[in-house]
Amino acid sequence: MLSYAIRRILLTIPTLIAVAVLVFFVLRVVPGDIVEIKLTAEGGMVSEEEIMREKERLGLNDPIMVQFYKYMIGLPQGDLGISLWTENSVSSEIAARIGLSFELAILSTVLAVLIAFPLGTLSALFRGSILDYVIRLLTIGGIAVPSFWLGMLIIMMLLATVGQLPPLGTVGLFEDPLTNLNQLIWPALSVGYRYSSVTARMLRSSILEVLSEDYIRTARAKGVFERIVIVKHGMRNALLPTVTVIGLEFAFLLGGLVVTESVFNLNGIGKLFVDSVVRNDLNLLQGLVLTVATGFVLINLIVDLLYAALDPRIRYQK
Amino acid sequence: MSNIDDKNVLLDVKNLNVEFKLKNGTVRAVDNISFQVGKGEFLAIVGESGCGKSVTALSLMRLLPRIADISADHIKFDGVDISKVPESEMRKLRGRRISMIFQEPMTSLNPVLTIGDQLTEPLLTHLEMNEEEANARAIELLGMVGIPEPEKRLTQYPHQFSGGMRQRVMIAIGLACEPDLIIADEPTTALDVTIQAQILELLKDISSRLGVAVIMITHNLGVVAAYADRVNVMYAARIVEQGDANQIFEKPSHPYTIGLLRSVPRMDKPRGGRLATIDGLPPNLMSPPVGCRFKPRCPLAADACDNVPVLETQHGKEDHLAACFFTDKASKDGSTIYLAETSTHSSAEINKENPLLVVDGLEQYFSVSFRSGWLSNTSGTVKAVDGVSFEVYPGQTVGLVGESGCGKTSVGRAILHLNQATGGKMQFNDVDLNSKSVALVRQDMQVIFQDPFSSLNPRMTIGQILEEPLKVHNIVPDSQEREEKISDLLLKVGLYPYMRERYPHELSGGQRQRVGIARALSMEPKLIICDEPVSALDVSVQAQIINLLEDLQRELGIAYLFIAHDLAVVKHISHKVIVMYLGKIMEFGEGDDLYSNPRHPYTRALMDAAPIPDPQIERNREKIVLKGELPSPLNPPKGCVFSSRCNFVTDACRAEMPQLQECGNEHQAACIKLDELENA
Repeated sequence: MLSYAIRRILLTIPTLIAVAVLVFFVLRVVPGDIVEIKLTAEGGMVSEEEIMREKERLGLNDPIMVQFYKYMIGLPQGDLGISLWTENSVSSEIAARIGLSFELAILSTVLAVLIAFPLGTLSALFRGSILDYVIRLLTIGGIAVPSFWLGMLIIMMLLATVGQLPPLGTVGLFEDPLTNLNQLIWPALSVGYRYSSVTARMLRSSILEVLSEDYIRTARAKGVFERIVIVKHGMRNALLPTVTVIGLEFAFLLGGLVVTESVFNLNGIGKLFVDSVVRNDLNLLQGLVLTVATGFVLINLIVDLLYAALDPRIRYQK
Repeated sequence: MSNIDDKNVLLDVKNLNVEFKLKNGTVRAVDNISFQVGKGEFLAIVGESGCGKSVTALSLMRLLPRIADISADHIKFDGVDISKVPESEMRKLRGRRISMIFQEPMTSLNPVLTIGDQLTEPLLTHLEMNEEEANARAIELLGMVGIPEPEKRLTQYPHQFSGGMRQRVMIAIGLACEPDLIIADEPTTALDVTIQAQILELLKDISSRLGVAVIMITHNLGVVAAYADRVNVMYAARIVEQGDANQIFEKPSHPYTIGLLRSVPRMDKPRGGRLATIDGLPPNLMSPPVGCRFKPRCPLAADACDNVPVLETQHGKEDHLAACFFTDKASKDGSTIYLAETSTHSSAEINKENPLLVVDGLEQYFSVSFRSGWLSNTSGTVKAVDGVSFEVYPGQTVGLVGESGCGKTSVGRAILHLNQATGGKMQFNDVDLNSKSVALVRQDMQVIFQDPFSSLNPRMTIGQILEEPLKVHNIVPDSQEREEKISDLLLKVGLYPYMRERYPHELSGGQRQRVGIARALSMEPKLIICDEPVSALDVSVQAQIINLLEDLQRELGIAYLFIAHDLAVVKHISHKVIVMYLGKIMEFGEGDDLYSNPRHPYTRALMDAAPIPDPQIERNREKIVLKGELPSPLNPPKGCVFSSRCNFVTDACRAEMPQLQECGNEHQAACIKLDELENA
């Protein structure tokens, strides 16, 4: 198990390096120039000379390989460069927002799992019953309804019932946990509904598949209590594909939710992404892409390790 | 109804019915069957697939899916009618007093739980042992079923066990609470003969030692002959013959039982003679024939058979019942009810001047690599085929036999160039066979595969499947003529020309295998490589296919390389037999000679392991039961590859792989102790 874990961890390094290289060069191909956008932002004319001076100052006139070298040297030290727009360090820009997105992702996942597990399990165990049909209707709805639209419905519902919106202006979790929760629970619900639907459907089909396996029949033939048959023999096997779905969805959430964030007026990664694209802020953009990619790789790693913990065949693989 | 003493009856089933209500109708999978099992008795339920054997077993345990509707006058287990008890009571019986062993050892154990966990489960559930006691008992059980190092094995997972070992674990689980009855559903069908013999001996030994009754479900009549006290023969959801095993084998009285017995090739009978075949297929249970269900296939069928026959005593023996109106005629005439004349076909003289296929020193090595530790790889070579030489003459059948993993299929694939051989020479019709020339002889060298279900394209009609090779090789350019040719081919393999419009899924397994044969024949080949062509088929259908292959050989002079694991089938069809083990030829010779006088210890052990469907022979012959399992082909034993399992091994055997040496007329074996063993 340990050697498997270490091997998996070491294998993430080449993946991340490849992502870093790819992101750098792909972004340099994109047309557009931040300096022009920035200098003409306040209106008026700018001279060629001013633009050149600004580019020189920001290091944009260096040959591309020199820029690449600086970028690659900076990376291991956690230096992602500076945002070309705000001229704050990219890492501090991201750090200011990632917490919110991360918290939202965690909260959505917790909600989704809390909803999905009972729904998926009940639906599978009472396959073909009214309950199963109701749950399947609910979950197909969750996949069909866009989460931002659900978000708007939630806001309208809040206005109609309690007559007020969730508090504005992001409050940190540790400053005021209650207000923070009050702010985030609603977007988490609107995202979590879809998330839980996908998970519940996956769980339902994998439980059904597992329950028809020969070893379930063996367990029943041993005279084991039906409850134990399902929980001990069934669930652990059924969890494997479900864990993958949860991991993938979580990684997507880390990348930010552009529309949901704007509906709930949250200042998360999604908004930062849009801003950096609009402004052609290459440094910030590559920092963001790299962060999200790292998130994906890490989540995948965790899923793989969870798989190994659940399934001995993977753990002992030669 | 039988002579089991009332006090000794363990299980008494009276008028059991099982119905499955499906969308398009009701299937009665078990129809009004009654039987008894005495304490410590070994009952076999035999029949072909789909006749209701497994459903019977599962319904006794009440393990069928919810759509199954079980009803019975009574199912008395040790005096208690378990058909009426609530599920909670039934659960207490399962694993405690009745336990079950299933067919597929590979999938019957939970892959994510340790062996110890799964083995102690019934102990913890039923006997209220604590963990410590349960573990101690588990170690004892594993030792009892012959698993080495039980303490260590307890913490391992199923994937670390071989198929045979897993079945031993299943038996240990079944025995855990010392039940009164074990139901074994085809426990050895997925295993090799040598492992089958080990498992069955173990089951028989333990059950007789502990006085456990066994219900064994099987399609293998040899297994029945070797172990069963009593037999139920099932056909189309009903019991057609029932009683004492010796009685039934000696005087089978139902035409179906006779057909079943006579359609199995026998290892102990000389070659030649057609197998008795039961025409047609078992009925669809959705709409079974009225009256006797065997009527459409029965050679004795008459008007009386429109009524349902009941089980009646035979030959004045209380313990022998059969459900047929013509049992007297059936048991008097025996197998002649199937065969017009007891035709022993004279085997055509084989011209041994020009071999059709020469294989000389064939080698097929596969290099494999796998992770062995931290970022490190181990690589090795598997010698799937190692220095195999033989010839096939026109019109001859050469049988290639051995356990799974012995390299027999690799030989076939290398000859066909489906895999590129890594060494050795091959000649076909005096042409050197290599990757270039193989295209020229492809027409003359055809193949029939094992699985008739997956070797036909499901989206092509039978007509299209047969037409394709004729078009590709431009054998019959004219489309009208092609149509005629296809009709001829279908007739030749015993199908009807109208079947060309059908898709493979509309045919039965046997019919599909016939299409596979027709496809091979369409090229008018000189050699057909048959890779386990009958192993997926039921015995009655298997006999039909074997007869067909033999008829075609006599008519067209085709040579066969017949690859199979069933010794009796190989014996029946082959002129010459080659026995392989771990990539090497152990022994070869003329079929009758080899089987009557096997020289190599491995050949002897293989023959001993394959049960013969005759209790008199089976119970009186002495057997060598091979110990252990096939060694890893990555790390074969030093010297003779068989040395690790041989009962006669000496140090000299471990020094060097013996060469094949003459030990009779066209009979060779690779063993250094041939002379010694002959006298032994």
